This record gives sequence, C-alpha cells and structure tokens, in this order.
Amino acid sequence: MTESPIVQSTFLLGRFNLQAIPYHEPILVFTFIGVAIGGAAVLGALTYFRLWGYLWREWFTSVDHKKIGIMYMVLGLIMFIRGFADAIMMRLQQAWAFGGSEGYLPAHHYDQVFSAHGVIMIFFAAMPFVTGLMNYVVPLQIGARDVSFPFLNNFSFWMTVSGAALVMTSLFVGEFAQTGWLAYPPLSGIAYSPYVGVDYYIWALQIAGVGTTLSGINLICTIVKMRAPGMDMMKMPVFTWTSLCTNVLIVASFPILTATLALLTADRYLGTNFFTNDLGGNPMMYVNLIWIWGHPEVYILILPAFGIFSEVTSTFSGKKLFGYTSMVYATVVITILSYLVWLHHFFTMGSGASVNSFFGITTMIISIPTGAKMFNWLFTMYRGRIRFELPMMYTVAFMLIFVIGGMTGVMLAVPPADFVLHNSLFLIAHFHNVIIGGVVFGVFAGIAFWWPKAFGFKLDPFWGKMSFWFWVVGFFFAFMPLYVLGLMGVTRRLRVFDDPSLHIWFIIAAFGAALIACGIASFMIQIGVSILKRDKLRDTTGDPWNARTLEWATSSPPPDYNFAFTPVVHDSDAWWDMKQRGYVRPLSGFKPIHMPRNSGTGPVLAGISFVLGFALIWYIWWLAAVSFVALLAVAIHHTFNYDRDFDIPAEDVVRTEEERTRLLAAQVNA
Amino acid sequence: MSTTVTATSEAPVFYEVDEHPHPEGHSTALGFWIYLMSDCLIFAILFATFGVLGGNYAAGPGPRDLFDLNLVALNTTMLLLSSITYGFAMLAMDKERVKATQVWLVITGLFGLAFLSIELYEFHHMIAEGAGPQRSAFLSAFFTLVGTHGLHVTFGIIWLVTLLVQVQKRGLILANKRRLMCLSMFWHFLDVVWIGVFTFVYLLGMLR
Repeated sequence: MTESPIVQSTFLLGRFNLQAIPYHEPILVFTFIGVAIGGAAVLGALTYFRLWGYLWREWFTSVDHKKIGIMYMVLGLIMFIRGFADAIMMRLQQAWAFGGSEGYLPAHHYDQVFSAHGVIMIFFAAMPFVTGLMNYVVPLQIGARDVSFPFLNNFSFWMTVSGAALVMTSLFVGEFAQTGWLAYPPLSGIAYSPYVGVDYYIWALQIAGVGTTLSGINLICTIVKMRAPGMDMMKMPVFTWTSLCTNVLIVASFPILTATLALLTADRYLGTNFFTNDLGGNPMMYVNLIWIWGHPEVYILILPAFGIFSEVTSTFSGKKLFGYTSMVYATVVITILSYLVWLHHFFTMGSGASVNSFFGITTMIISIPTGAKMFNWLFTMYRGRIRFELPMMYTVAFMLIFVIGGMTGVMLAVPPADFVLHNSLFLIAHFHNVIIGGVVFGVFAGIAFWWPKAFGFKLDPFWGKMSFWFWVVGFFFAFMPLYVLGLMGVTRRLRVFDDPSLHIWFIIAAFGAALIACGIASFMIQIGVSILKRDKLRDTTGDPWNARTLEWATSSPPPDYNFAFTPVVHDSDAWWDMKQRGYVRPLSGFKPIHMPRNSGTGPVLAGISFVLGFALIWYIWWLAAVSFVALLAVAIHHTFNYDRDFDIPAEDVVRTEEERTRLLAAQVNA
Repeated sequence: MSTTVTATSEAPVFYEVDEHPHPEGHSTALGFWIYLMSDCLIFAILFATFGVLGGNYAAGPGPRDLFDLNLVALNTTMLLLSSITYGFAMLAMDKERVKATQVWLVITGLFGLAFLSIELYEFHHMIAEGAGPQRSAFLSAFFTLVGTHGLHVTFGIIWLVTLLVQVQKRGLILANKRRLMCLSMFWHFLDVVWIGVFTFVYLLGMLR
C-alpha cells in the first residue's frame, strides 16, 4: 500500500491516475484538508476584498526590485515553515521509534520527509531569503533606481516560485524523492526510483535554477554597471561586496547543477548510462559533479549573511567597519577557495591519501579568511558604543555559534577523523550549526535591520527578543545532542533505533525543536503585532538606526524611483559621510525619471514552465510538447514588445518629495 | 605651498543635479557575456563527463568504428562558414545596409541548417547501427555533448529567424542592432565550442 505504484502509461494522462493521490495516508489527508481550508480562506479573502487586480498590477507583474525582493522574502517564509514542519516530523519520529516502536512514519514517507526538508530549506527557503535581501538592498546601497534587467528580475522570481510550487504539488500528487537532498545515483536512477519522486526533484530544481542563474547575472551587472558616481569598487558597502561574490558564485556554479541534473535526467528518461552501475556508467562522477556545485552553494548562502553582519556590526557599534579592505579580500578569497574543497564531502570515496590531503588542507585554509572576518567584527565592536537592538543580538549569537560550527568543520576536514564521522549525526549537527547560526540568524538580523526601510515602521522588539531567545536556546538543545550521537556513531537518516541508551538524546533534540517552533511562532507574532502597532513603531526619518550606507538616505519605504537625484559617493559609508559633512536634502529642480514598465510575461512564462514540468514528471508527452511550444511562443512574442520604459512625470516626483519634506519637518517639530 | 583647491575645501557634492540616465541596454553586452560564460560551464561539464567516460565502450563500438572524419570535416566547414557569413552580416549592419544584413543572416541560417542536417544524419546512422546513446557510457557522453551543441544551434536558428522578422518590421534600430550583436556572440561561441568538440571528441577519438 505504501509502495510506489507502478502504473501503465496512458496517452492522455501519462502515468497519472487516482492511485497517485495519497488518500490512504492519514497524515497527508489531514495536511491536505488543512491546506485546502487555509488556501480557500486566503483565496476567498483576496476575492472578497477585490485584491486580485491590485496584486496583479502592483506586485505580480512588478519589475520594481523592492517589490520583487519582498515577494522573495514571502516565498522564503512560506517554504521555511513547510521545511520546518518536515523537521518537526523527523524529530518526532526519531524520539518515538525506540523500544520496538516503529514510530508513526512509514519508511516510504519518512524518506520523503528528510529529502524534502533538505531540498526545501536550501533551495526554496534559504535561497529566496538571501536573493530577496540582495534584491531589495543592493540597488539602494549603490544608489541605483533598479537592477540592470528589471523584467528578467521578475521572471527569475516567478521561476523560483514555479519550482517551489512543483515541490509542494508533490505532497498531494504522487510523491517526492526518497533519496536525500542531493539524489545520489544509483538510488536516484530509474532502476531504484522508478516512480515520480526524483522527477519532481529534478524538474523543480531545473526550473528554479533558471531563475537563480538569471538573477545572478542580473545582480552582477547591476553592481558592476549601476553604482552611483564616486562609488569605486573599494567604496562599495560590504553587503554589496558579499552580494557581488555570491552572485559570481551563483553564475559559476548553478550551470554545473543544471548540467549534472540534465545528465541524471537523460539517465532516467532516455536510458543513457552516465551514472548507472553497468555499461560503463560511473555513479561517483555524479557525487563529484553535484558537490562541485554544492560546496560553492553553501558559500552562496553564507557570504550575504556575512555582509549583513558587517553592516549591522558597524551600524550598531557606531563605528566604521574595522578592516574594510581585509574584509573584502577575505570575501574574495573565500569565493575562490570554495571551488577547491568539494571532495571533502566524500573523503570516504577512497581517492587515496594524496587527494584527500589536498582537499583536507584547502578546507582548513578557508578557516583563515573566515577567522579574519570574525576578528574584524570583534574589533569593530571594540570601543564602540554598542546598541543591543535585535539585529545586533543576532550578530553576537552568530559569532558565538558560528565559531563552534567552524571548529567542528575543521574537525571534519581531517580525513582520518572524517572516516569515522562521515554521514553521522555529527555532520548533521555541524552543518545545521553553521547554517542556522550563520545563514538563518543572518537573515533574521537582516529582516529586523531592513524591515523599517521596506515598510516605514520598526519591528516590535519584545516579540523579536522572545523569538531570539527561543531560537538560540532551542538551537543548542536541538543540535548539541546530535554532536554527541554522531560521536557515538549514529548515522543520519535513520528511522528506528534499537539501543535504548540513545533515547534521551533524541528526546532532548526534540525538545530543542519544540523551542525553535516557539521561536518561529514568536517571529510570526512579532510581524503581526508590529503591523497592528505600526503607528507607534513608525519611522518617518528613513534612517531609524542612525546607519551608514546609502539605502538609509532615502525615505522609508523608498519611492518607486529610490532616489530623486542620483547620490554622489565620497566614502565607503556614504550616508554617514553625508550626515557628517552637512548634506542638505535637495528640495527643488526635480525632473521626470525614466523607469521600466511592468510586465505580465514573467508570471505567464513561469506558469507554463510549471505545466511543462508537471507534464514531464508524469510522462504526459502531448502536454509537454504543447507547453514547450507555448513557452517559446510567449518568450518570442515578448521580444516583439519594444516599448518597455516610461517616465515618472516631474509633478509626481515633486509630490512624493514634498510629502517627505512634510514628514521630516513634522519629525523636527515633534 | 599649494594653490590648487582640494576637493575637501569645496562644498562637497552629494547628488547629481544633471541626470545622465543609463542608456537603454547599457548592461546587455556584459550580461550576455556572463550568460555565455555560464553556458560555457555547462559545456565544460559535458566535456569533463566525456573525458571521464569517453573510454568506457562497454564492449561496444568505439570512435574508430563509428566516426567518419570526412563527414565531420564537411560538417565543421558548414559551421565555420556560417560564422564567417555572420561576420559579413555584422559588417553590413555597421554600414546600415538592411537588405545585405538580412541576406547574410539567411545564408548563415542555411549553413546552420546544413550543419544540423549532417549531424542528424550522423546520429541516425549511428543509432541504426545499434550505437545509440543507451549502448555505453562513451556513447551517452558523445550524444549528450554533441547533441547539446546541436540543440544550441537549433535555438540559434530560431532566434535568427525571429531577428530577421524584427529587422524586417523595424529596421536596424538600436535595439535590433543590440540583439544582432548578442546572437553574433552566441553564434561564434557555438563555433568555438564546436572546435573543442571536433578536436577532443572526433580527432582525439580517432587516435585512442
């Protein structure tokens, strides 16, 4: 019953039939009912309040980098909660399945849960969060009005949504991969995974990958080409620097993922023999290729977080960042080194002592630039007037937790030690340690830091601190036991346990997960409470933290055109410099501003891509052909539209700027 | 000592009063270059895969049994000629000669089609002999590498036809020139990749 159904393909529906709906699994049925009711409520509310037109015109078709950034964050948050639900299920299963109990998840289901957790958290939670923050902040930090290719930006976002939608569809239609988040062959080959799970995985990642690669190209061009006058490379804010390096990494690594998954696709769909066990195939080549993408990927996530912590530290210490130049070089060195370490993910492959030593040493070398960064942050805080606002609290927690994760990482980088720790819970503890302590805390710091910029009011500090403490304490409870278990030899992805002495550690870990759940709940409450209390939390200055970089020079939220006049930069902390040297906001002489026009082509293309992916997953060949032709046709049709810009009339600019003048005056008089 | 006025002694300028807006398409060349490099990485992976698996014949046919160098030489000629004719199209474009540009583009497209036809003939021939992509890892890698290149040429031709229509409709306006330049880079890029394929797959394959 719980096995994947092997079905005959029909012309009309491919291999789709009623058995594909998992109505016999109560957990999924209840989830579906919950999602259906919730979804119906949201859709009903949108219809009732006549919001569809507004959403389509002002958001879905928007090419404004700020709105796209916010939409990325919403996507990331939704998928983060989905991924966390998977995490809770795993913690519960592992705490339950002792003493002869099988727990509550059958293997078929449990394997999908851990695969989906990894895929969702990396590709559809962390990546959108990071991309969203870069999208929102980078153009503002460099004094630009939008990105280089605004339409492409919208298209990239919707392709990411399309991939996420495919993963969500797999929950209720068919199944997801049962292979782990990197889908190693031969397990992910057609012989051992004949049903739709791996195909969902492949097409979701391929479709989202198009968006990721294009947005990488877009942001590189933006940073290289669209900086305000005076901002040479060594005057760029550190977050912009880390974003540049991250996007270089994206463009230089995601094509590898695309090619690798394409080869796996060929194996599954065309019967080729790249990663098969026979006819000359080589499964270990997949493992090499996927990690040549996979290792840079973790730096894609952490570098922007480093940038956020840099901005936060210098802002809340009231000082220029210590060692700006070394920070930039450390970032660049990490970018380069991230391509020279991939083999440390499989020392046990058996490539011999010399190869393992090389990759072990390069891995350890990465800790040097990272350590330099850590000292730069510490020295920035040293003798600063530190304000422990929420973003700064997350930064300090990051510094403590990330150092622990970094040290266990160096332990894993020692090949002989890795032979013992490989694929154990020690590894799981290590990478959650750096990803939660680094990326997740970085994203939360970034949200708390830039929220007032995006919405014009601060986040409620009380619930923010609740969330912070639940997260920090919950993290230690959830993952320190995994270090212990890993050292005792417990491997990852296990569903049931025999040894009763391990039980207590899993119970502690489950308790930690519950604390983190409280942290997430507090975060949601924080957003809700802040929206309710927005008048009290309002910031009319545009610079609520007395911050240093250009995004704080404009109003909160910024006008569509970001800056009425393009700023001229003299210092790496441009806004701080402006404040110090008596910058006076211009009040007249406004001109019309040239801006890109909205376009519905992005969501349409992504929608067709979703159908194409679905058709390929279910072998519905006619639908795949039709949607592929439609995809080409819509894309070509779009290129016949040459009229993509318009001018914001000077009167509109004057009106917006006068409103800001009035608010600033009210601030002074109050 | 100095009579020159330093920047700091003047009132600093913090914003531009006279806008010089970014011209339309100011980042396109850079963006397209970066895209080409990302595409180049896809080919790099396929070449690497061929490098690793290219000797795994699985007791099946190898390059000496399958490749016909005369045919490949003819094919290579087609593609190289198409690059030259694309160059002529760009020269005509620079001289604002719409008709000549279109004619050279059509000739380029025809060479591209000839290339694809010869490639498909070669593929068909091999598959008919029982040397399809499923036969061995060597053949999987061969068909994927060469086929991916062929797919790129196919999309290049679709793009070329689109641009022919757009040049017909709007003439050699700035946007169309920019697009023609992008396709030009794409087309020459495919030529460079093909030289790699010709050398590493066909020539070195015959030496194996």
